[in-house]
Amino acid sequence: MKILYFAWLKSKVGIAEEAVTPPADIATVAALLDWLATRGPKHAAALANRSIVRVAVNQEYAGPDHPVRTGDEVALFPPVTGG
Amino acid sequence: MIKVQREDFDVGAELAALTAGRTDVGGVASFVGLVRDLAGGAEVGAMTLEHYPGMTEKKLAEIEAEAQRRWPLQATLIVHRYGRLEPGDRIVLVATASPHRQAALEACAFLIDWLKTKAPFWKLEETAAGPQWVEARDSDDDAAARWNPQRRVAE
Repeated sequence: MKILYFAWLKSKVGIAEEAVTPPADIATVAALLDWLATRGPKHAAALANRSIVRVAVNQEYAGPDHPVRTGDEVALFPPVTGG
Repeated sequence: MIKVQREDFDVGAELAALTAGRTDVGGVASFVGLVRDLAGGAEVGAMTLEHYPGMTEKKLAEIEAEAQRRWPLQATLIVHRYGRLEPGDRIVLVATASPHRQAALEACAFLIDWLKTKAPFWKLEETAAGPQWVEARDSDDDAAARWNPQRRVAE
């Protein structure tokens, strides 16, 4: 699974992307975020406030219950500020 | 048409290209977004626009398709820049062409309102206190929400 970080999530985690292999029981966006937060203090700090973290799975916005599986591209970013 | 680019754009040339060779267009509405030197009371020197290549183009194409579904449009254009921009620089151009002005004006407002809340761009401003990521504003969500439930222009 490929994880992408954008904007301040990228700054806080310290990397733009990483390849991860979550345990088999990680099946939803919410579970994935919980698991990612355990990867280290930077991940934990970046994911401390989930209400300001948006998620896209395979480039589509996804809520906490959205399924995730091997091979997915999962992006984490703050609410968008373009235009 | 969707263009996501680092380079500046020529508004006149883009609008001319939108209707080139056509004689059935009644009007073109456009919106040009610029970098301001003041944001939330703090002076901004410049900003860097980051985006999510791939998803950006996909979301902009969806927003454009939604506008074309809701209004009788003959042509639409979204140009959005990324990278480092200075105050006064152009960030975004949205344009719509229709036989009638109301559809063009409404669709243009819809495109920029939806783009601001759905397209994956983020602004990093250079301020006296250091670089600051711009926070999303509730007023932008409100502006986007006024297009739900779907309103249709009388045809």
